[in-house]
Amino acid sequence: MTMIVDLFFPLSPGLLLILGGLLVPFLSHSIGRVYVLLLPAVLLAYLIALPDGNHGAVSMLGYELELLRLDSLSRIFATIFLIASLLGNIYAWHEPDPVQRTAAQIYAGSAVAAALTGDLISLFVFWELTAVSSVFLIWASGTESAYRAGMRYLIIQVGSGVILLAGLIVHVTATGSIAFDHFGLDAPGAWLILLAFGIKCAFPLLHNWLQDAYSEATVTGTVVLSAFTTKLAVYTLARGFAGTEMLIWIGAAMTMFPIFYAVIENDLRRVLAYSLNNQLGFMVVGVGVGTELALNGTAAHAFCHILYKALLFMSMGAVLFRTGTCKGSELGGLYKSMPWTMGFCVVGAASISAFPLFSGFVSKSLIMSASANEGYWFVWAVLLFASAGVFHHSGIKIPYFAFFAHDSGRRPKEAPLNMLIAMGIAAAFCIGIGVWPAPLYALLPFDVDYVPYTTAHVITQLQLLMFSALAFTVLMRTGIYPPELKSTNLDFDWVYRRFLPRVMGRLGGAIDIIYLGVTDNAKSVIRAAMSASVTVFAPGGLSGRISSVGNAAAIVAFLLLVALIVSYSAV
Amino acid sequence: MSADPQTPEHHPKHDEEPRWLDDQRNVNKIIVAVVVVCALLFAADGFYHKHPHFEAESWFGFYAIYGFVMCVGLVLAAKLMRVFLMRDEDYYDHDR
Repeated sequence: MTMIVDLFFPLSPGLLLILGGLLVPFLSHSIGRVYVLLLPAVLLAYLIALPDGNHGAVSMLGYELELLRLDSLSRIFATIFLIASLLGNIYAWHEPDPVQRTAAQIYAGSAVAAALTGDLISLFVFWELTAVSSVFLIWASGTESAYRAGMRYLIIQVGSGVILLAGLIVHVTATGSIAFDHFGLDAPGAWLILLAFGIKCAFPLLHNWLQDAYSEATVTGTVVLSAFTTKLAVYTLARGFAGTEMLIWIGAAMTMFPIFYAVIENDLRRVLAYSLNNQLGFMVVGVGVGTELALNGTAAHAFCHILYKALLFMSMGAVLFRTGTCKGSELGGLYKSMPWTMGFCVVGAASISAFPLFSGFVSKSLIMSASANEGYWFVWAVLLFASAGVFHHSGIKIPYFAFFAHDSGRRPKEAPLNMLIAMGIAAAFCIGIGVWPAPLYALLPFDVDYVPYTTAHVITQLQLLMFSALAFTVLMRTGIYPPELKSTNLDFDWVYRRFLPRVMGRLGGAIDIIYLGVTDNAKSVIRAAMSASVTVFAPGGLSGRISSVGNAAAIVAFLLLVALIVSYSAV
Repeated sequence: MSADPQTPEHHPKHDEEPRWLDDQRNVNKIIVAVVVVCALLFAADGFYHKHPHFEAESWFGFYAIYGFVMCVGLVLAAKLMRVFLMRDEDYYDHDR
């Protein structure tokens, strides 16, 4: 008995968060909301106290599951996931819906558990659990479009898990090992596993579930969603596919194409989802470059990104909560009545734009430097363009159209206190990391030999950003900048939301016509056969004529005679 | 804390004190400030030691010009995308 206990303990903080989350439905609103603040806080302290190493090994069906693998890579992701869970729960303090509160804990717990597992089978289980638990945060909006976006999200996310399972089966059959370590592209089943990770990481053309779902989820749900799924995928890529060159190009494409959509998108939470996609691109480039500096950059950027992206979604969530809309065309001038939310939003905007003294500056530059060190000049130029672009749409557009621009006449109340506290803590992290990056650098997977604050780096970054701002100003003043319009912009999801259904519809129609043609012809053949058989077999027909029994007896006698003659001659 | 109703609150604008930003002259001041800061940053390129990875980085004002040109290009390209990709807001609403 002690043996099993020894094997099981220490338990994974992720598993504990899932189990703890299962208790939430049994608690009242007033107790539950305190409980979900204590739960991740206690688990964070527990995680910090746990030593590195492999714990929690469980034998099952002949495989050794490893529920708790703590090393420098899994630790930083589990840490930021728990911090994000805590911030999300503070932000959702006012939210009485027990379904969302329960789902948020189980979702966060499965992300932490997935990041901490050392084997593919457990990874698959928690991978699917993140999908199934998080969809409730989308459905909780209660609208028809949220329901359908949630269905699409669930199909794609569970599909990613099924592909992961297929890859895992191929891999285990060929190698006999379920260990989740570095694969590279040559390992058996690696392409399937990479595809599964790529779907969750919103690779180009696999990305639309992100913009689709995050703009439909509830005010508090989107804040929670933004933290876990995609960064779990970044972690698994860093674990399994570091140094895979293809990822550099995929990542570079990911930093680029979403910013074009972000410029013309009207729904500001959708703009943030596009910029989330763009930021993931930086992390994927870091994984692809795969040097110690690059992987440090990926981990650091994921850490900072979760905080500033949650902060930005929190500020837009507060706007949505107070005004009932998040559309740029319907907002403007909100700084007059929501100054705190505006201030926190600007901190998030400065952080994602990598302004000096804000968190993005000390993390993104690791990836930029790593790709430049390895001589990828084209990738470096793309990342530089994407950096300017992200300032343009997330740094300027989001705060500008929500809080300034033309006055919409709306004077909503300031965000609730709990939202302001959550935003305040996230903003403090953003500035704190930017001013004093040493504690973050100490958490990174490899030793850091990098100084972000050099004269050249600060000045060149300020040049890039201020001239982007100048471009925005010039385009705004000359009226060239595209206005915020109520619209839907076609993205790749058009293929499966409109094109394929239409093609299938047409195909179905064609099949219908062919089917009808075939059956009509068949019917007339059968009809002809029927009428022919009527003439033959019907009363009065050829075979249907009433003939006397004597005739039949004569025929039978004749046949017997033939048989007799044949058999007699054969003897 | 109680949950607040998610209804927009409209107040008539005329009973408000005008804010600093409501005055167009102050907006112009901000724009002038942006231009001045940009000019100073551009000039600053002559006063520090560069350690470039690529040759382009050592060109005078490379980051400034790149940022400006690429952002204008980004917006123009995005505007062009609208011609092909923009549909009504309820485009997908009637799909099943």
